This record gives sequence, C-alpha cells and structure tokens, in this order.
Amino acid sequence: MTTETQPQTEPHIFEATAGSSVVLEARDLRKHYAVKRGAFKPMATVKALDGVSFRLQAGRTLAVVGESGCGKSTLARSVTMIEPPTSGELLYDGREVVGRSAAEMKELRRTVQMVFQNPYGSLNPRKTVGSILTEPLVINTDMDKHERRDRAVAMMGKVGLRPDQVDRYPHMFSGGQRQRIAIARALMLNPRVVVADEPVSALDVSIQAQVLNLMMDLQEELNLAYLFISHDLSVVRHIADSLMVMYLGKPVEHGAKDVVFTRPRHPYTRILLAATPRVNPELRVDRVVPKGELPSPLNPPPGCAFHKRCPFATDRCATEVPPLRPVDERLVACHYAEEMN
Amino acid sequence: MPLLDIKNLSVEFTTRAGTFRAVDGIDLTVDEGEVVGIVGESGSGKSVTSLAVMGLLGSNGRVVADRMMFAGNDLLTMPAAQRRKITGKDVAMVFQEPMTSLNPCFTVGFQIMETLRVHEGLSGKALRNRAIALLEQVGIPAPETRLSAFPHQLSGGMSQRVMIAIAIACNPRLLVADEPTTALDVTIQKQILDLLVHLQRERGMALILITHDMGVVAETAQRVVVMYAGQVAETRPVHSLFERPRHPYTGALLDALPERALGKRRLPTIPGMVPGIADRPAGCLFSPRCRFADARCRAERPALFDVDDGRARCFYPLPDGHPAAGEAL
Repeated sequence: MTTETQPQTEPHIFEATAGSSVVLEARDLRKHYAVKRGAFKPMATVKALDGVSFRLQAGRTLAVVGESGCGKSTLARSVTMIEPPTSGELLYDGREVVGRSAAEMKELRRTVQMVFQNPYGSLNPRKTVGSILTEPLVINTDMDKHERRDRAVAMMGKVGLRPDQVDRYPHMFSGGQRQRIAIARALMLNPRVVVADEPVSALDVSIQAQVLNLMMDLQEELNLAYLFISHDLSVVRHIADSLMVMYLGKPVEHGAKDVVFTRPRHPYTRILLAATPRVNPELRVDRVVPKGELPSPLNPPPGCAFHKRCPFATDRCATEVPPLRPVDERLVACHYAEEMN
Repeated sequence: MPLLDIKNLSVEFTTRAGTFRAVDGIDLTVDEGEVVGIVGESGSGKSVTSLAVMGLLGSNGRVVADRMMFAGNDLLTMPAAQRRKITGKDVAMVFQEPMTSLNPCFTVGFQIMETLRVHEGLSGKALRNRAIALLEQVGIPAPETRLSAFPHQLSGGMSQRVMIAIAIACNPRLLVADEPTTALDVTIQKQILDLLVHLQRERGMALILITHDMGVVAETAQRVVVMYAGQVAETRPVHSLFERPRHPYTGALLDALPERALGKRRLPTIPGMVPGIADRPAGCLFSPRCRFADARCRAERPALFDVDDGRARCFYPLPDGHPAAGEAL
C-alpha cells in the first residue's frame, strides 16, 4: 500500500554511556494487529509498533514520549511480554525471549514488571494491600505465609507506607499512596527492569513530586532500569537519562536526554517541546504551532508519517520514508535533520 | 461593575457521613473580557465552584453566598426558569472529559442545534448554517459532513472542539472551562488553548479557566486564583504570582514542578495531603503541611490579607518567594 521500509539487518541502536550492563535490549521490535474493517472488506493491518530498537542499562531510565496512538503502550505490552511481538528480538540480560517455552517465559517474566497509569484501576478493590503484595510471591516462589508477609511489610516500608496499613484496602488510600502500593507490587519479585506507563500523570503536582522522588530513590538503591512512558516532557526531562520520541509506531528521535532537549533535530520533537506549557516565560520556546492530529494508523500517509503536520515538509517527505540515522550524537528519522537548528 | 461578582460563596454537601463544606467562603470576581485561571489540586473545590456558578450542582449541594451577581442579575434569588435562560446562553461551560460530555445517541449537529433552538429560537436552514459556521470557527475540517457524525466517530480533540462550539453557540459573555485540555495530548492541548484564547479575544468574552496545570494557567490567564481545601489561598495577577508567590502553598506548589527543579535531582515536595472531611485543622488549613507554620497558624484561621497586587490567606506571606529571615521558621 505504501512505501515499505526495507527491513534493516542491523538496525541502528542508540548507545548510551558505557559502563553498566545492558539488562534489556529490543531489536527491530514490531507488533502488527489485523483489524476488521467491515464484513466484506479485507482485513487491514495496524502497525502499532514498527521497528523499535533500544538498549536499556541497569540503573538507567529510558523515557518514551509521544501522543496517544503512537505505540507507547504497545511497546510496554511487548516488552513486558503481555503480548508477544510480531517480529523482532527481545533480550533480557542477553537472553532471547521470543520463542521460549512456557516455563522459561515464566522465569524470564520476573525480571520485568510494570506500573500502570491509573492507581484507581490497577489495584483490586477486594484485596488488602498485604494480599496484593504477596500475590506475586504466591505464584512465583515457594515462600511460606510468614515469609511472604514479612517481605510485603518490608517492601511497604521501602516505598514509604506504614507497615500497620498492611490489612487495609486500596480505597482507604489516596492516589499517591495507591501508586506507592503499585510500585511496591512491581518490586516484590526483585525485577531488573520496571516498565512504568504514565505512572504520575493521574496524580496532583505535589504528589507527583513525591512519587518521582520515590522512583529515583528506588532506582539508586536497587539499580533498577526504568522504561518510563510519559507524555509530560517536563517530567521526562527530570527523570530520564535518554529519550525516545515516537510517532505512529516508529521512533523519530532517540538520544541522550540533554542532547535531545537542548538541540532537538526532528520537527516533531520541536513541536512537542513547544507545545508543553511552561510556568517560566523564559523557557517558552518559539511557537511552532502544531497542525492537525495524529493520522489514522489504518491508513498512514506515504513517505514520512509526519509530513502532513510538519511545517518544514517538502515533496521528498511525501514520497520517501526517512530512515533512522545518526546525526549529531543521536538517532533521528528526518531527511533534513542536519538543517534543523 | 464586574461581570461576575461572588462574595463569600460556600457549597455544602449533605452525605450520610455528615455535612461537608467543599467550598468555604470564596470571593471571585471576573470582569468583562478577563481571563481568570483557577488552580488547585484535586479536592480544592475548583470544580464545585464552577458548578455553583453554573447552577449545575446536584440536589445534595447547598449554595450559600452573601452575593452572587452575574451581569446585574442576582443568581441567588432568581427563579429557576429564568436562570435556565442564562445558563447555556450568557454563561456557558466546557467540561473536562470531551468523550463523555457529548451524548453518544445524537449527532454532533443535533447537539449544537439544540442549544441554538432553545436559546435563539432558530430553525430550518438558518439553524443549520449557524451550526456549520460554528464548527468552522472551532477549526473542524469539512463542517457540513461533520454535522451528521456521532461523537464516537470523533477524536478527543475534535470532541472538545464540538463542546466549545456548543458552548459559544449563543455568544456567551462568560465561558467556564473546567479542565478543558486535561484528557488531551500536549499538541492538541495547545491547539485547544489557542482556540479558546482566540475566541475569547475575538468576542471579548470573559473566561474562567479551571485547571491543575500551572503551565497552562501561566500561559493563558491574566489573573490567577489559587485554591486550597475549598478556600482561596492566593489571588494575584499571573506574572507576579509566578515570579514572586506570597502564599507558602503557592510557593511549594511551584517548587514541586519538575520544570523549576532543573539540575536538582530530588524534587521539593509538600509533605502530607489535602485535609479531608474529618481532619480539618483548627488553624490555617495549610498549617500541617507548611514549613513556616507557627503556633498562631495552628490555632487561628488567617483571613485573606492584601498583599502588594493581590491577596493571600497567610499571616506571614513570603516576602520574596522565600521566608523572611528570622520569621516563622
């Protein structure tokens, strides 16, 4: 239907600083869904995730940003193996995940855990905090009841909840406390990677700061790697080490946080930065006003997926898909990345 | 005379657990053509205030005020039938969740035309043309074809544009927007805020923008009301508020923004939470969380004091965004 990107044999991967070990690696990850369009029409393919590669190191945070529908949550679901990717490789600690037996998958799944966006929906209202926190241990370990409870109580202390609240139900907690419970649950099996899908966007500013501080403290203490999915660029700027900007299932810019924030090379990154409301008038960027909305993933535009909304688009952008390539210390998918500054 | 003039407004809800005062004696004035931002965390009473202004509170909400005037009309004593003529016409509202605010059973066109039919008595071709013109004004492409679209066929941003079209259909003098962009992406948020400001300027209408996002207020409003636990904590012109907050709560809230903490690893936080129904402190409502609170703050409720270009509910307003040396630490 549209110009197909040739599958790259060795996709470009943004290499963060050397030193700590890579705990999670994705190579050309793709997730395509077949959708019905009507009784007599052929099935269509939605490329929710279309060639994403990254390396995540222990103790580091990779932030994934983009509008709703850009594939952020599909990425989270693929990485946590809630849904297997259509193609591509996923490596935990260098071990390939896709195509393993059920028993091996169960073992591997413990290394990566997830924190969801809405702490009001992600905790079972009929269970006490204690049983929410011990459930992963019941399923995955052979600890006895007392051991499990001790672990749960210890974890509550770690995330700043009082141990005497262990028999309370989620409705007795505020939003910030519930998100602490969700974080505690994710950490019960000592994962190496935590995938956090918009963990603070449902929280008030003052509570958001508390949860972000907690996440940074835990990262330092446990050497956790975070895949931090967010739409809030000011939060991302605070917590992330590197940043991947996604548009319609593909990364458009991927690099170290400071590089991308101070010298964005993709027009979409610039638009996202300009659209973020700022308190400080000096930080407000020249207004590149975003045009239009995210196109339908069922029928993506030919060429660069962003060209219809891009203020700098030329004829070339409408026909030729820009590859993700290294420019000025980061990876960027734009024909004119060199001229953006 | 201000367009909207509210003095000492309180809203109480009667629940099984007892009476809860969600809004506690707030004053709010909005001039013709002014953009006033109301900011606060959840539970601060900002939405309840706007519902009280609109007259949309449920039967368990009780509104008490010394004065509640809109364009010379007393909203407190006005009969319900007369108030309905103002609501939706001279005072209109845009709600938070665009996807759930539109009726899923009716077309977009029907819902826009309903307002015009009721308030302006339009019908037939004139009605249809007005609806098309409105959709065009709010930036919806191909408005003629969109009239027959159902809400589920629209994206969040488009739904919010339709909501705005309905709200501005009868040329309101005051538009209340309650978290109009919270459910939307930043790029769409920017488009919607630009649209609201553009319409506000073009029509000279007053706008009350309710939000929890400090950045949105800073970029949009002229004057800001900071609410805390049902009270006004501080009210100031936008520039001086963000430059030099006088109330410790405003200061702490601004400090907690990641944007302001560039270079620092830990974000400054506000300990504790907003007091609920049962745990209202005796003194200043912010005193349990305030770094600068002393015995007086814990015993006595401060009034709204005049501070340079606005008002702040604090005995020891911050002189320079920071506490004065030797005072109340």
